[in-house]
Order: sequence, then structure tokens, then C-alpha cells
Amino acid sequence: MPTSTLVTIRLNGETRDVPMGWTLSTLLADLGLDARLIVVERNREIVRDRNAFDEVTLLDGDVLELVHFVGGG
Amino acid sequence: MAALTTPMVDKPLVIAGREFRSRLMVGTGKYASPAQMTEAIEASGAEVVTVAVRRVDLARRDAGNILNHLDPTRYFLLANTAGCYNADDAIRYARLGRAAGFNEWVKLEVIGDEGTLLPDTAGLIEATRVLAAEGFQVLAYTNDDLITALRLESAGAAAVMPLASPIGSGLGLLNPYAIRTIKTRLRVPVIVDAGVGTASDACVTMEQGVDGILMNTGIAAAGDPVRMANAMRLAVEAGRNAYLARRMPRREIAVPSSPVDGMLE
Repeated sequence: MPTSTLVTIRLNGETRDVPMGWTLSTLLADLGLDARLIVVERNREIVRDRNAFDEVTLLDGDVLELVHFVGGG
Repeated sequence: MAALTTPMVDKPLVIAGREFRSRLMVGTGKYASPAQMTEAIEASGAEVVTVAVRRVDLARRDAGNILNHLDPTRYFLLANTAGCYNADDAIRYARLGRAAGFNEWVKLEVIGDEGTLLPDTAGLIEATRVLAAEGFQVLAYTNDDLITALRLESAGAAAVMPLASPIGSGLGLLNPYAIRTIKTRLRVPVIVDAGVGTASDACVTMEQGVDGILMNTGIAAAGDPVRMANAMRLAVEAGRNAYLARRMPRREIAVPSSPVDGMLE
């Protein structure tokens, strides 16, 4: 695949190439994650509206953090 | 026998206008299995359970998500900022926790030292001020220093959570005087957080008059966490009742309990 059709993002600390045009929804589906159970931070900004995940297109250089609740005290 | 099982009258614990029946809050870390955690939390009778905010492990997908094992309609989830070593990180984690969508509460930790996990009190006060202004109900984990506790209250904390002893140490209540003083001086609830190792620690902590206790390792690291959770529930209730009952004065001399008159010649 030519590189022009890919964008490079940082995803939970790892560099990853994803197809151009992918949205947050596409990415989460590809990762097998339930959007209702996670919080997405994109370039240090929380993407608050989960219903808008399919309107957020991934751009080259995006830094994404996908977090959820784990056990803790 | 009915009298033994009749619940003693007590006011509910009220934090930021929300009422709780249980004065015991528990963490969800360090359990051998999710099933053990669920059973222990059930046995503790706790309504408030703490959770941590962490990256999704993409290899495990949703598997690490605590919500697979905790019903958020049944328990009040209290997100923490554990692992944060400065105010900015703690604020970031608090916002992420709030964005999960359950409530606006945070158990705020700003740690100052890896060896002791004692709080960075300056960062803690700063983060409390910022988050309270953003509408958070901040429950601030702090040391047993009165002045810091007063500053946290002034900064807008909904509750102040002084430690009994360092996190995960199980050393029990090291300074009853300090905890008692904090409770006497603050208007917001005082929840002792960290260091409670066994039931007697919980009991003596509640006897100081504090509003509640939060614990994790004391239950999770016990040989039988479910049984210890039950013991902690009873100890918190016992200590609370003993406090409300107002203990007898300490005396340096013996005073007989039986009549001194009527003895045989």
C-alpha cells in the first residue's frame, strides 16, 4: 500500500499506521473495543461525545490515549 | 435476641450532599481474581468502590476493564489519580475519570515520593483548587497533618482523606491524636484512607470519630479476603458505635465492678 494512503498515529504509546480516512469509530472497531467502556484522549483533549466518534477522522501525527477503569485503591 | 441484630441508630455518611449507609469504602486492586474481588466487595457492604484510570492494554482489549466485574448501577465508582506525581497529571487523570460518565467525584492523589507514597501536599492543594473549580467533588488523599487538611478544605475539597499509615503498609493507625485533631477541626467529612491492616485497626480508627474508612490492601492482601472484608465491615460498625457510645474514662487505678459490701466474714 502506498504510504500516501496511510496516516501515522501514536496509539497508547505505540506508533501505528492506519488507513487515511479512518475515524475513531473505525479504529475502535478494528481494535475490538467497546466505545461505551473507554475514554479517548486525542492530542491531550478528551473526546467527550462518544456519539461523535465516527465524525473524528484520524490525522497524521495524532496522539491517542485510550483509557478505561482498572482495579485500584 | 432481636436486640442484638437491631441496627444502631446512626446518621448516614453525607459527602457533597450524597448519603451513604456504609462508612466503609473499598478499593478494587490486588485481588487474586475478579470473582474474589466481587465477593469481597459484597462482604464488605461498601457502596463506594475506587477504581484507577489506566491505558487500555490493546493486546487484551476490554479484558482488563473493571466494569466487566462491577455493576456501576449498584456501586458508586470513585476514580482515583493513583500513580500521579504532580498536580497536572492528577488533573489530567481526574478529567479522564470523569469523562467515563459516572460522576464528578475523584479520589485525588498527588504522590510525592515513591518509597513512602506520601503525598506532595503542595501539588495536592493546587490540584484540589483547580478540580473543585471545575465542579469536581474532590476527596483528597493526604497525610495526617492538620494544616494541610485545613488548606484542602479551604481549597474546596468535599472530603479530606488522611492516611492511617502509608499506602499498602498495613501498619494501622500510627497517630490517633493527629486524626482526632483533624476530625475535630474540619467541617467536611474525614475519611481515613490507607494503612489499615486488620479489623482492630479499622475499629480503633473509627473510634477516633472519623466519618469513614477507605481501604484496599488490608482486605485484598489478607489470606482470606472475603472473610476479612466481613471483619472490616463489622469492625467499622463496632468502632463507629463505640465512638457514638462515648467510651468510659481511662483510669490509672482499678475500680471493682462487683459490690465491696456483703462480703463474708
